[in-house]
Amino acid sequence: MINQSIKVLACLLVAVTVTSCAHLKEYQKSRLNDSEMALTNRKVEKNELNFQNYEEGSSGANSGKTGGGCGCN
Amino acid sequence: MKKIYLSVIGFSILCRLNVYSQTRVDTAAGDRPAFSLYSPTAYDTTDYRLRRLKIDEIDLVSSYYSQNGDHSPITGGIGTERVTDFSNGLNLNLVWLNQAMNKNTLAVGLGYDHHTSASAAFVALHGGSNPNGTRIYPSLDWTVENAKTGGTFGIGAYYSGEYNYKSKGLDMHWSKKTNNKSGEFDVKLQGYFDQVRLIFPSEFVPPPPPVTAGTTVITTASGNTVVLSSNGQRTNTKNSLPSSPRTTLTAAFSYSQQINSRLQVMFLGDVVTQSGYLGLPFHRVYFNTGKDTIEKLPSSRFKLPVGFMLNYFLGDNIILRSYYRYYVDSWGMRSNTASLEIPYKVTPFFSISPFYRYYDQTAARYFLPYEAHNPTDAYYTSNYAFSKFQAGFYGIGFRIAPPKGVFGWQNLHELEIRYGHYTQTTDMVSDVLSVSMGFK
Repeated sequence: MINQSIKVLACLLVAVTVTSCAHLKEYQKSRLNDSEMALTNRKVEKNELNFQNYEEGSSGANSGKTGGGCGCN
Repeated sequence: MKKIYLSVIGFSILCRLNVYSQTRVDTAAGDRPAFSLYSPTAYDTTDYRLRRLKIDEIDLVSSYYSQNGDHSPITGGIGTERVTDFSNGLNLNLVWLNQAMNKNTLAVGLGYDHHTSASAAFVALHGGSNPNGTRIYPSLDWTVENAKTGGTFGIGAYYSGEYNYKSKGLDMHWSKKTNNKSGEFDVKLQGYFDQVRLIFPSEFVPPPPPVTAGTTVITTASGNTVVLSSNGQRTNTKNSLPSSPRTTLTAAFSYSQQINSRLQVMFLGDVVTQSGYLGLPFHRVYFNTGKDTIEKLPSSRFKLPVGFMLNYFLGDNIILRSYYRYYVDSWGMRSNTASLEIPYKVTPFFSISPFYRYYDQTAARYFLPYEAHNPTDAYYTSNYAFSKFQAGFYGIGFRIAPPKGVFGWQNLHELEIRYGHYTQTTDMVSDVLSVSMGFK
């Protein structure tokens, strides 16, 4: 049930994205260009993501480390 | 009258010559018209944009991490998981423009961690091993950005070295913007080529070969052997501990899109394949017979994580940063990660960001707890990173980036401080405090 909901949500998100994109002029991007709107992890999160990768069994697709390093604790 | 005629004719000739000299393309000093009153200055060949190499930014990130729990894999799923780790990373971004005015960025990174791990002491059965360790990880990345299209291409190299684990990595990455520049497609191919040093729990280390009477053999913590013979002769043999390879290949894809002036989204998808020694040689497993052995896991693993980030600027002061990821792999694990961070801009240059991250995962099919595995099992681990659990991570971050520099120091353009508390349903808890400073 949860998986189905996730799939429906993902499809909706893709549909919304594809159909509602507006061509923005540069002056309309002031909010999008705010550094906290960036679609990346914050620099200050870098080590946090490493710890999570070590303590959790899955890694990848989060802009974090997907290999290298041991975390053998 | 004659003077007037001559004056008009002379003036008209001069004007024509001036027009000629102004309309003709003056490409070089040696290619000027034969005669002209117009004397242009030499072409300014120094472009207003800086071409030479300059330091664009220096970032320093430091973190202190403290963890406690009671399911260490080194002691077979029981025993302390107490860890402290002090991490420091320095990144230097160098920028220059090439002949075609394309922006080149060279990112040089260096990281240094020092950790203490209480359970690492129990690689030796009675807790005599060294619980401290350090890791050093330099990195290098070169990226060139096409000035016309905004597309990028880059290559990178990494190294991570700690006593029991060495990793070398390479990557190539591309990005391409859509025609209207509102979307961007990114691809990154990575390869990590690791070596796991085969340090076994002390009870599984084969005894040294018999030596002649009067000879003393000392095996150091590094695996070096020192032989002292009865006549006082000393022989050192270099590290004899073998290693086993582990290879990780990753293809990471992402597509980001600006939806409107307040909303943007990024879709992420990775394909990850691993092969080689995927367990760790000093992780114990206790069978239901009471006997212990070394963790054994398959030599290949395939991972498929997909997700998205969605950021929305709400009003004038609030930003919603959201993230979701679904993960599946060939060891039978499934996981969900969802996070929400809400930066509130107290002023344009100071923000407070509370955040919450939820994580759950199912167990890998090779996991069972202490003394639950059967000796007939093909693969076995009691590492709780492969168990079923839920986790929560919450905390708060502060960001200061005033135009005149942090604390009036012009070079320090950004300061971020972030604290988070993490809990797992396996009773593992941890805290992490990070500070990031950006210098220009």
